[in-house]
Amino acid sequence: MILDHLPALQVVLPLISAPVIVLVRRSRFAWLMAVAVSWVAAAIAVMLAIRVADAGVISYALGNWQPPWGIEYRVDPLSAFVLVLVAGTAAIVAPFSRISVVAELPREQEYLLYAMFCLCLAGLLGITITGDVFNLFVFLEISSLSTYVMVALGQKRQALAAAYRYLIMGTIAATFYVIGIGMLYLMTGTLNMADLSVRLADVTDVRPILAAFAFITVGIGLKLALFPLHQWLPNAYTFAPSAVTAFLGATATKVSIYVLLRFYFTVFGTTLLFRAMPTDQVLMLLSLLGAVTASLVAVFQKDIKRMFAYSSVGQVGYITLGISLANTSGLTAAVVHLLNHAVTKGAIFILIAGITLRTGGASGFDRLKGIGSRMPFTSFGIVIGGLSLIGVPGTAGFVSKWYLVLGAIQRGEWIVAAVVLASSLIAAAYVWKFVETAYLTKPDESSVKAGEAPLPMLAFAWFMVVLCVFLGLDTSLSVGGARAAADFLLGGLR
Amino acid sequence: MSFASHYSYWATIVLMIAGLYVVIARGNLVKKLIGLGIFQTSVYLLYVAPGKLIGGTAPIIAEGYRTYSNPLPHVLILTAIVVGVATLALGLALVVRIREAYDTIEEDEILRLDDEDGS
Repeated sequence: MILDHLPALQVVLPLISAPVIVLVRRSRFAWLMAVAVSWVAAAIAVMLAIRVADAGVISYALGNWQPPWGIEYRVDPLSAFVLVLVAGTAAIVAPFSRISVVAELPREQEYLLYAMFCLCLAGLLGITITGDVFNLFVFLEISSLSTYVMVALGQKRQALAAAYRYLIMGTIAATFYVIGIGMLYLMTGTLNMADLSVRLADVTDVRPILAAFAFITVGIGLKLALFPLHQWLPNAYTFAPSAVTAFLGATATKVSIYVLLRFYFTVFGTTLLFRAMPTDQVLMLLSLLGAVTASLVAVFQKDIKRMFAYSSVGQVGYITLGISLANTSGLTAAVVHLLNHAVTKGAIFILIAGITLRTGGASGFDRLKGIGSRMPFTSFGIVIGGLSLIGVPGTAGFVSKWYLVLGAIQRGEWIVAAVVLASSLIAAAYVWKFVETAYLTKPDESSVKAGEAPLPMLAFAWFMVVLCVFLGLDTSLSVGGARAAADFLLGGLR
Repeated sequence: MSFASHYSYWATIVLMIAGLYVVIARGNLVKKLIGLGIFQTSVYLLYVAPGKLIGGTAPIIAEGYRTYSNPLPHVLILTAIVVGVATLALGLALVVRIREAYDTIEEDEILRLDDEDGS
């Protein structure tokens, strides 16, 4: 039955489509292939999610080698949630990307971007679905290497420097991760996550495990842009092709957060290493610093892409803050904000892709004066996305912040709750900066002359904007899924 | 736990720190990649050395052999080496492109040129 092999197909289809695209070398074919693959991947992800909701955890032995010896693919409520998020974003970004890619890239490089897009998708899905820590490293590198190439394909020469810096930081991160799992392997002799969590409970000499824990936390912290390890992110997001920014902004850091959750709660959880070190306090401090500092820095940016890139660092801070609270509300906030932030930032970055299409690549605020009258739908979409970043009631961002503050109060951390609310005010300051430029400033000679972004692009962006409002009003699906995932994770902790 | 019996770990740590130091301290983009290579290589040693048993053979069941080395770390590191080669190749390709675009491979120079562009 082919349905039994869905977990493998989820990863293998995007993976084999990349070499096919490179062999055919046709730009239009590459795009169609990427669209087809991302839609099939999204369909598979939804089917897997439904099966997990009905019948519980799916364990798939790759090549029929039984775990813990072989590589296991494992779909549980949390990974199903992230699979749908990643594949869904790809399915939305791929169709409209052609308009933006044709405008931004030389014709002979277009097919390469789509090949890298498929590889990156395969890597991100692989990270999410695998139950083997070393397999996870391989997928981490597949997605990272393809991301470096995609960033380097940006128009300006700064894209090359940004890609190089990302490569150095990303490789250090991945190597830290490998050192960590190497220590775990030396202590337990296994690489399977479920098996690791069982065997770690029996290890008596705890110090190497704590070292492994530290290495993995720092490595993955670099990948998910945890403050102060976020230095690679702003430039990479700013100078990457616009379609790539939209895809990465919604998925790349989210998948790394998933890895952190997986290690904290599935692998280390049962041995209570989360309590053997002051991880929660350190993570909480860094998250709050990140949320406040990055939002403050965002206020002073002169470029809209860069401003929202810094805003991403701040938003990641909220997610890790939810993890550090380590209670049901906090974890629900973390998981639901994975989705809410992906939808919000996806919408914003697609709309910015529309703007850069009309400005010929420029995204500085000085060129966007009075854009509200030239591109009313685009600007209004960004404003709604911005409201969600602030956390205004009726948008997706409010739901996340609600659970976050709730989780903080349940733990008695009143200062944390206050800082979250204060950082929302800073978010209001940078969103206001866009409103002021777009609606309250008169256009001058250097402003954009052209009209609205192309219709397909607007349609996909507005689909996400509407979704962003929908997730703010009807929380049954998003919070329901997130709560199931949070309960599942905390179940592993007990 | 004597020094001599764990010398492979000491070698690993020295290589690891030396590599990471080069990545951080050097401004030349190629030298940074060399440091990154050393850093990654130290991890190969971390995995491979404990997999070897003194007097152990390859894990093939045969008359007269009782102790076997663990082959799994070697296989894992084979994968990691491939990843390392791919990273190095991509990094060097980027350096070539950076040299074409900026006419320098010194990090300070590149940052200065970026500031002049007013990014």
